[in-house]
Amino acid sequence: MEVLSLIAGGVTTAVQPINLMLIVLGVTVGLFIGAMPGLGSVNGVAILLPVTFLVPPTSAIIFLAAIYYGAMYGGAISSVALGIPGASTAVATTFDGRPLALQGRASLALVTAALASFVGGTVATVFFSLFAPLLAEVALSFGPPEIFALMLLAFATFVGLGGDDIPKTIFSICFGLVLATVGFDTISGEPRLVLFDIQGFLRGIGFIVLAIGVYGIGEMLWTIEQTRGDVTTTNPKMTVKGLISDSKEAVRRGWKGTWIGSVLGFFVGVLPAAGATPGSLMAYGVAKMTSRTPEEYGKGSPDGVAAPEAANNSASTGSMLPMLTLGIPGSPTTAILLGGMVMWGLTPGPRLFIDESEFVWGLIGSFYISNVAAVVINLAFIPLFVWMLRMPFTILAPLIFVLSIIGGFAASRSMHDLWLIVIFGISAFFMRKFDYPLAPAVLAIVLGPIAEPTLRQSLLLSSGDPTIFFTRPIAAPIMVIALILIFLPALKLLRRKRQVTQD
Amino acid sequence: MRQGEISLAGLLALLSLYLMWKSTELPIGYISGRGPGGGFWPFWLSFGMLLSCVAIAWKWWRGLSPASVSDEPLMDGFGWRTVAHVGGGVVGFVALIPVISMYGAICVFLVYYLHFLGRHSWLLTLAVAILLPIGLFFFFEGAMYISMPQGLPFTQPFFDMMYDIIY
Repeated sequence: MEVLSLIAGGVTTAVQPINLMLIVLGVTVGLFIGAMPGLGSVNGVAILLPVTFLVPPTSAIIFLAAIYYGAMYGGAISSVALGIPGASTAVATTFDGRPLALQGRASLALVTAALASFVGGTVATVFFSLFAPLLAEVALSFGPPEIFALMLLAFATFVGLGGDDIPKTIFSICFGLVLATVGFDTISGEPRLVLFDIQGFLRGIGFIVLAIGVYGIGEMLWTIEQTRGDVTTTNPKMTVKGLISDSKEAVRRGWKGTWIGSVLGFFVGVLPAAGATPGSLMAYGVAKMTSRTPEEYGKGSPDGVAAPEAANNSASTGSMLPMLTLGIPGSPTTAILLGGMVMWGLTPGPRLFIDESEFVWGLIGSFYISNVAAVVINLAFIPLFVWMLRMPFTILAPLIFVLSIIGGFAASRSMHDLWLIVIFGISAFFMRKFDYPLAPAVLAIVLGPIAEPTLRQSLLLSSGDPTIFFTRPIAAPIMVIALILIFLPALKLLRRKRQVTQD
Repeated sequence: MRQGEISLAGLLALLSLYLMWKSTELPIGYISGRGPGGGFWPFWLSFGMLLSCVAIAWKWWRGLSPASVSDEPLMDGFGWRTVAHVGGGVVGFVALIPVISMYGAICVFLVYYLHFLGRHSWLLTLAVAILLPIGLFFFFEGAMYISMPQGLPFTQPFFDMMYDIIY
């Protein structure tokens, strides 16, 4: 009951006129920033951080959290409408969101994403309100072996459940992980894999460079070549009635993915260093694994949109938990929020809930309100995003190229990276022609900087003994599931051969 | 397609070997008291890439992948032309950025794509090619404080005029 009264107090703080206005403004700004390829919540929060000194700390964090929420909703718009994941958290949304858009069902994909995000964000906020201190302790029990096991599980879902050519999938994962190592060795600080001794590689290769290359250039070239430029992405009936019927269909065909994503996303998001990207990928994998119609995934399944979208919103809320309770940021955006809190004179950590109760519960209250505001604003703008898809492809295609290039530059500020985008794009086009799945490479470049240090730290802890992953109570079951998934295709093949022999 | 599949696998195997060799610039083994060396992770991943290429070649030899049993060409003449026009346009767009600025290159690329590839009217082409870069200028330079490349000095008067509007 005490929690309920604290939540009620928090909601009362959040609905004060100034805070409510900041929530609406923040969600709207975040939505558009998130929808822009190359820009994400981290840009919005970082740019608007100085503005927050004009208001009290509670209003400031509410505003920044609203931008964060809006951007998480907005990531799906870019994935569905343009086919480019604007942020790593929205990569899995392209798997089914883009096919739906190409079938002329972009509004269904966008409505599903909005509703799933709403449920994911709300479920996570409820968990946050009820179990914050307890979960913070659980999160602390995740050391490097457990985090590495989680990363392996994320990759294993691709191998075991992807349905693509296995050697090509493994090649793609390894390639993405190698690209993530370019630049400097984070442990020794020495330059590493400076390819062809080109100095630009010292800066490393960012996720956005590969993602824009693969999706913004490569995928577009592939679409233009396959369809001879005559792409049908139109959705002529975008009416209020259509929106209602899409909402009903989204609930009917996306509820399972939504729940899986909401619960799984939160627990992965709570873990320091894991975050929304592995959460959304695992949710997609689990939703596909437990589906009665896994063959529909990748071809335009609403569950395939709902699971990663619910998960990435749920994980975003979850990632605030270690930030507030332990002072450990779970993502780049929460790192900036943490910086903001320190600047406002607050000390994140276990005592924050006691010393700054009004601030914490005001923030939690704003999560509830921000979620409602985000879903309403998002649904209101869906006709605009769908209208964008009605444009003739000979107008939409150059706009996507322009947004890809300018977004790529905005993210890295380097001409070297722009040329890399072009090279990756043209290479991706030819690799796609030979059925190389490229999404695993894009996710691998995101997860590589988490996987490598945790593997090396684990081996250092065990003096080079790899059994450390199988002797710890949390890491061991995750590793076993990951290995089962990796060997699943081989087991299926053996079973099929045995059946043929018996017949 | 059949020839392309094995050629691409060969090319990627060479890339894997190059990455393995490059990884050995840092220690690839276990260093007592310091854990795995800096080259350990990329070396074994590149080795994994190489093994995948061997598996792809084995599947090609056994005719197990769709491309390995396909006699179709990679692309017909129209496909090659389309890819060359569109891909070439994107390459030209990026090449123009250091010369005529990001916004100038966007304008030229839009004119090329909308009018010459898309066969849209001059009115629509010019409207989009002029208004979009201006809109993007205000968004990136004004709202997001992100400066885009400004090209060679001859573009400066244009930027001075635009910055006068913002500030």
